[in-house]
Amino acid sequence: MGKDALRDKVSVVGVGCCRFGENWDQSPSDMIVDAAYEAYADAGIDEPQKRIEAVFTGSLYTTQGPHECADALKLFERPVSMVSNYCATGTDAFRYGVMSIASGLYDTVLVVGYDKPKDRGVSGPTVMMDGVRDLPRTPAGWFSLCAATYFDRYGAGREDLARIAVKNHHNGTLAPRSWLKREITVDDVLGARMISWPFGLYDCAAQTDGAAAVVLSRTDLARGFRDDPVLVKAVTISSGPNPQKDPTNDFLSWKPNGWAAADAYAQAGISDPRSEIGVAQVHDCFSLTELLAYEDLGFCDKGSAKEHIADGKFELGGDLPVNTDGGLKAFGHPTGATGVRMIYENTLQLQGRAENRQVKNPRLALSHNLGGHPTACGIAILGRD
Amino acid sequence: MAGISSYGAYVPPHRLSLDALSGRAPRDGGPEKAVAWNDEDSVTMAVAAGADCLAGFSRERVDALYFASTSYPFREKQGAALIARALDLGRELQATDYSNSLRAGTTALRAAADAVDAGSATCVLVIASDCRMGAPGSGLERNSGDGAAAFLVSKDSAIATMDASRSVTDEIVDVWRSEGDDFVHSWEDRFVVQEGYAPRMAEAVDGLLADGGDSVSDYDKVALYGPDHRSRAGVARTLGLAEGQLTDAFFGRLGNAGVAFAPLQLVAALENARPGKRILVANYGDGADALALKVTDGIEQLPARRGVGWHLERRQPVADYAQYLKARDLGTSEWEAQAGPGLSATVHFRERDSNLAFCGQRCRSCGAVQFPVQRVCESCFARDDFEGTRLSDRSGKLVTWTFDYFFPTPSPPTVAGIVDIEGARVHMQLVNCVPDDVNLGMPLEFEFRCMHRAGGRPNYYWKATPAAEPATSGGR
Repeated sequence: MGKDALRDKVSVVGVGCCRFGENWDQSPSDMIVDAAYEAYADAGIDEPQKRIEAVFTGSLYTTQGPHECADALKLFERPVSMVSNYCATGTDAFRYGVMSIASGLYDTVLVVGYDKPKDRGVSGPTVMMDGVRDLPRTPAGWFSLCAATYFDRYGAGREDLARIAVKNHHNGTLAPRSWLKREITVDDVLGARMISWPFGLYDCAAQTDGAAAVVLSRTDLARGFRDDPVLVKAVTISSGPNPQKDPTNDFLSWKPNGWAAADAYAQAGISDPRSEIGVAQVHDCFSLTELLAYEDLGFCDKGSAKEHIADGKFELGGDLPVNTDGGLKAFGHPTGATGVRMIYENTLQLQGRAENRQVKNPRLALSHNLGGHPTACGIAILGRD
Repeated sequence: MAGISSYGAYVPPHRLSLDALSGRAPRDGGPEKAVAWNDEDSVTMAVAAGADCLAGFSRERVDALYFASTSYPFREKQGAALIARALDLGRELQATDYSNSLRAGTTALRAAADAVDAGSATCVLVIASDCRMGAPGSGLERNSGDGAAAFLVSKDSAIATMDASRSVTDEIVDVWRSEGDDFVHSWEDRFVVQEGYAPRMAEAVDGLLADGGDSVSDYDKVALYGPDHRSRAGVARTLGLAEGQLTDAFFGRLGNAGVAFAPLQLVAALENARPGKRILVANYGDGADALALKVTDGIEQLPARRGVGWHLERRQPVADYAQYLKARDLGTSEWEAQAGPGLSATVHFRERDSNLAFCGQRCRSCGAVQFPVQRVCESCFARDDFEGTRLSDRSGKLVTWTFDYFFPTPSPPTVAGIVDIEGARVHMQLVNCVPDDVNLGMPLEFEFRCMHRAGGRPNYYWKATPAAEPATSGGR
């Protein structure tokens, strides 16, 4: 089947996002209702029980599966499914929603990503002790494995990573729903306590609670919801081998990034991403993850990221602003919600609704999730007519 | 006649200063003891000593494993079976644990010689390993150290014949550890020495000498168990040992390694032995054992072992007493890594070759080595066409690394990285190195370690350690 089979068939007609953070006083249901009802309002939907034909949810920490969402929103007598794909869960749930409409089965569906990690009583990820191999099994330990090799090959260092964290903290101060609203300096980043070399505390994303929701519609019906629907140009997921046991991994990039990007660009008909993409939300679970995404997604040449970081290319006023709402670092990272939150931000950016973090006139917006060891990459590309 | 055909040893690299135990600042070159760290115990030390002993020998030939320890972590569940799997010994194996007495190591050695002489076994691996704890602040804590010694007992290619043995058994409650006790207890030390240790050692040695019509001066080296330096010197005087006859007991360097103590002295004696030399070993615990050995020409052919000498040189000083208490889980807080159900018994069973023996597989179609075992080859996609291959005694190379400060451990950071072993890539922890030692491409070897004690059980796997220079001590 043609790579462009999906392009422009589906549109985003409504987006919603609850305030991300340590939402001690909110249950998963509370956050799902906040996000979904904001998306309904954004799409001009007054009677969701009549209009939403199917629901695709994504969550990593759920204890109830898809019923959690169905029950919170009272959406019964229709399909409600759950997707789990580590940190790529949100983009994957979005992908199922898009495919369900493109297939012709539904006209209007809801995508909800959410997670509630702050009910577990730990700061950061759970340290699992149920196996004996592959310990420490910490995300910081996994994602830092490209550092020694990358620094050795390309001469980058902790300061280059720190500038990414500083940028994302700044952008986070401009996003109303973000968790962290505090400017930091390169010295703050370098002086913070070490988590897993070379990642200090500020190189690591903020794990938070949160939920985000998107209403999707057939493009030919989209203007019945609002005047400025946003087109889905591409959405894809690529699996990859566990880099920790892949004998050909060079620890200079993450393989699924390149594979997913090639597929997404083919779907969207993009030949030169660095000039065509106007804004991007990339997976910055750790500062180095964002740096590698710049290169793996073709925003700059391999090994050149540090020069572009230094000249501000990825800042709000730069050529290709990245993580305009603060990213996982400052907006927060409720695992299942993150990919959907990126769709929320890119939709606002394309519609010119991003207020004082608005990028100038973007035509195409990319969002990127990287999950597992990492073993899966999801990419979605949205665009205006 | 049965004899020892190989030997090996393990002494944990961590050294606790005896000054630090007394609350004083450690002196350079001052007295110390070897201490097992949080990821070591009598099992991991036994595996390391066994691997040293088996280096260069075919593991298929071993048809019995005798494991001696008073500090094996399980009350019920065999240690020899676990150690046999970690050493990748065959399943057609006679496995036995010798325990409950400090004499268990020499008792196992004697039983191995008897089994070989009787023809019920042809090649017995005997491992004595102990990690006994004296209560914090006690004399037992001060005198004890941790270590393991291993011997291969068979009829052919002996490096030392086992010529005679003598045992005496006596009932005495001098040193004991009851069900549920963490620490070894002792009655008043002069009673222990005057009514137990000294007379029983003399009785066994005198009996052995009388059996053979020998005098103690016929022996070139005498290895003696001793609860402490002074009591041991007293027995040596009683036996009439001349200057230079008594082996080094490593007090102030290793400490009394319990079941492994006399066996470690025998290893040290063999490391420096010439053909024709005679060695006497005497060991104590609820009576005493005496063994007479004679070094043969075969010792000239034994490939170099690490033995005791190499391990004593490999030192990693412990910063202070508090760090030791934390490593041995003797602090007032409970280490949270103990929580949780631990490794599923069914997973442990299915993955025993991977996790315990560190066996991977080689694809018969394309030759790629991979770990862990999988059904479809990751290189050529051939299905179910593999042969097992042991990785534990291969060398590795560090592909990349990180220092993890988040993972709970008594002495962060945990050094972790990706290790290339003959083309297989394995995510592993690194031990015996600090961040400054780590560099890309560094050569590595592997040690069996306790990963955590979740579920109240030790959960074992392998860690990587910087590759050592080839051993030069021992057999020339």
